[in-house]
Amino acid sequence: MRISEQTSAAAADLFPGPMMQSDVSRRQLLRGASVVGGGLAAAALFPGWAQSATPGLSTLATLSGEDIKLTVGHGALKVDGRESHAVTVNGTVPAPLIRLKEGQNVRLSVTNTLDEETSIHWHGLLVPFAMDGVPGVSFPGIPPGQTFVYEFPVRQSGTYWYHSHSGLQEPMGHFGPIVIDPAGPDPVAYDREHVVVLSDFSLLHPHQIFRKLKQQGGIFNYQKQTIAGLLAGRDQTLQERMEWAKMLMDPTDISDVTGAAYKFLINGHGPKDNWTALFTPGERVRLRFINAAAQTIFNVRIPGLKLTVVASDGQNVRPVEVDEFQIGNAETYDVIVQPTEDRAFTIVSEAVDRSGMGRATLAPRPGMSAEVPPLRERPLGTMKDMGMDMSMHAGHGGAAAPGVDHAAMGHAAAAPAPGMAPPRVRGSDEMGDMGGMQMSMRDPLNAPQIKLGPGVQTIAPSPTDRTGEPGQGLESVGHRVLVYKDLIALEPNPDTRAPSRAMEIRLTGNMERFTWGFDGRKFSEKPKPYALRTGERVRVTLVNDTMMTHPIHMHGHFFDLVHGPVGHMPRKHTVNVLPGGKVTFDVTGEAGDWAFHCHMLYHMHAGMFQVFVVRPLDGAAA
Amino acid sequence: MNRLLLLALAPAALAGSAMAQTPDPHAGHAMPAAQPAPDRHAGHVMAPAPADPHAGHQMPRPAASSPLGSDLPVGDAPPPALPTQPAADALYGSAAMERSRGVLRLEHGGGRVSQMMLNLAEASLGSRGYQWEGEAWFGGDEHRFVLKSEGEGARAHGVEDAEVQALYSRPIGPYTDLQAGVRHDFEPGPSRTYATVGLETLFPYWFEAEGALFLSEKGHLSARLEGSTDYRLTQRLVLQPRAELNFAAESDRRRGVGSGLSDAEVGLRLRYEIRREFAPYVGVVWSRKIGDTADFARASGEDVEDTRAVVGLRAWF
Repeated sequence: MRISEQTSAAAADLFPGPMMQSDVSRRQLLRGASVVGGGLAAAALFPGWAQSATPGLSTLATLSGEDIKLTVGHGALKVDGRESHAVTVNGTVPAPLIRLKEGQNVRLSVTNTLDEETSIHWHGLLVPFAMDGVPGVSFPGIPPGQTFVYEFPVRQSGTYWYHSHSGLQEPMGHFGPIVIDPAGPDPVAYDREHVVVLSDFSLLHPHQIFRKLKQQGGIFNYQKQTIAGLLAGRDQTLQERMEWAKMLMDPTDISDVTGAAYKFLINGHGPKDNWTALFTPGERVRLRFINAAAQTIFNVRIPGLKLTVVASDGQNVRPVEVDEFQIGNAETYDVIVQPTEDRAFTIVSEAVDRSGMGRATLAPRPGMSAEVPPLRERPLGTMKDMGMDMSMHAGHGGAAAPGVDHAAMGHAAAAPAPGMAPPRVRGSDEMGDMGGMQMSMRDPLNAPQIKLGPGVQTIAPSPTDRTGEPGQGLESVGHRVLVYKDLIALEPNPDTRAPSRAMEIRLTGNMERFTWGFDGRKFSEKPKPYALRTGERVRVTLVNDTMMTHPIHMHGHFFDLVHGPVGHMPRKHTVNVLPGGKVTFDVTGEAGDWAFHCHMLYHMHAGMFQVFVVRPLDGAAA
Repeated sequence: MNRLLLLALAPAALAGSAMAQTPDPHAGHAMPAAQPAPDRHAGHVMAPAPADPHAGHQMPRPAASSPLGSDLPVGDAPPPALPTQPAADALYGSAAMERSRGVLRLEHGGGRVSQMMLNLAEASLGSRGYQWEGEAWFGGDEHRFVLKSEGEGARAHGVEDAEVQALYSRPIGPYTDLQAGVRHDFEPGPSRTYATVGLETLFPYWFEAEGALFLSEKGHLSARLEGSTDYRLTQRLVLQPRAELNFAAESDRRRGVGSGLSDAEVGLRLRYEIRREFAPYVGVVWSRKIGDTADFARASGEDVEDTRAVVGLRAWF
């Protein structure tokens, strides 16, 4: 009935042999052995697709059909042998895989057995606003002991996910994958598929983590610059350090919460648990990566395999072959790999600040493992991350020289591929006198819409389009890294009109106070919502005035990044805005009220949240 | 039927994968017939160049190429008026949604947190003296209640110096808080109560500073300046110089305080952060009474200068 089964049947036809059957029985044997060996009933804590040594999604029970029942409750998660409290859906972390088909209707009954309110947001799904699942915006939330029934038509296909939008339940495990099969044939050909859900998990309660961040922003950073490092000739030079210290900026402030507090999980498994996905050599394996982490951006690679990116945020893109990609919180990437050797490969999800990594294995048989690469050196912020575009002083000015791009200007004339830039020379980030130019790091004239209060530490003086860059720390890794400008929509865009107007939203914050917001306001300060007309095409530019990357998510919409050709602009629901960078997209208003926020949950919790109101409603609530 | 379609597509997929070794812009997809012809931008996808040379700029381009999204002209339509009612209110009622919005605001920037911080808690080696300085705060980003306490004593004489401040604190800049409230000195006698106003700030080069004015119930005006900075020697070893200066506008003889700069204390402490929030330390502290204050001390047979080695703990939760 489901297309996935047909896919596996097709795979079996292509690769005849008893492999599916024997893998399943071997897995069952292994599971039996682990129970006998005192491995507890750990397997029962994971939904089928997230259990280790799975042959793939197609053979496992998932939730599908028109009537799906989910129960949110307390449970346990065992990571690397240590069990701790979790918020679960149907008793598991991650939550069950929901597999739908484009064109169907679905009714999802969510029962809350917690003693606090809960909710589920269907991340990336185009639903009527009242079904979007954000308490205080779409509905009043699901009180303890009650059931809320979500009901909506499925208008799209691809890889998505779902999670709580209440309190800080998502960091405690309340998240799971959604796969929607297309109504027609899938333009992505594959023999086998696995869902790969990346997350971060801490033994500290999320409220404790937040409290500690409020007490001292850099509390989890054990990779700061030191005097010992200076004497050993590492990191910034003395002059660079003095320049940064003068501005009260810390170039090692890459992640707020680090490996000091987190285990980085893959499908709910710690690095030692070594979650394993099975394949048969020669198969085209579709890996559906979802970053469900609360506060961690990951660098993903599988040493020894090329990654052909075929979809981003559930939307198909023209295939791009890369060696590595950075995935912001809440983004999804579908990747095809084709391992031909009969050996294991390590799936690496390295935290952006290199304070730890998630690790899983892609193997022809259970129980195998491959070499796990060491953590690479942690990156340092640069002047560009402060929104100082030094190329501005090289005569670029306002009049762009034809054929010269901002992103390329930092490099020599023949720009290397993303990820393959020569390593930055130590000391090359010195500002000096900046060509005699005074560059204020907090000039309100650069962004008049910002409320210039204590919550605004800096305003980027000359933010640049950084969508041609691979993300912090991946500039010089020696292999090809995905950049947003690689993404071109495979299918034609539904709306190709020119925008009727433009708006700019500034991402602001103060690391010292750990306050975050949009245009200088936290959501608790009751900012005026952003308004669109239903059906109106608007150009939105997000400008990051802070020193951290923010993955910004707009509910209920896909937005189209403007670097793509008209008609094939890549469509996304969440976009990383690099520090000192800006991202421009066109979006068409969908009726209703929609949350808009940073998907770093502690930034959101600190105030980086807003609402888009889109009118008229015209019965859109039904 | 779908299965048939997929089977039909499979050979194309295999062909595609065989070609994946070469940079084919369409590798990985079995191309449906509707696939638009590859244009020059599709070529850019696979080329090693990091970016499309035209992205982000408005410029004339050859007619043959398709325009980029960034080339689309942007209109200047006015933004719409804000709606009078949130959308969900029509479905769930304004009362239920208003309650829910209150929770939403609380959870998105409106939360309150707290900290209990023991900045100094130390004993002098040899002399059996001790010293503390700490603070606790509670509140949100805009309004905080702060309690501060500092003092010192000796095993033999008990507490010789002890004060508590209760303050309201409010941010007035990215790095600066304005604080106002009351201070009460329990020791040395006679006890005094002051009204106080002060600033806490972070200066460039990570220099933390506090300054406060105190007006006692007897009308005596005094002031205090404190500063410190952290030199991170290794990830966990931190050297902290700190200084405190006290000033008085006029003498308060009964309490041994003279006018002008009354005393100074300079310390150098080396702490080891087992965790950031739990750090034992060793240090050297030099303190001196100055001017009239020193004269008052000499007159009553006290030392005016003291250098001591200390061991202590810096901790918070």
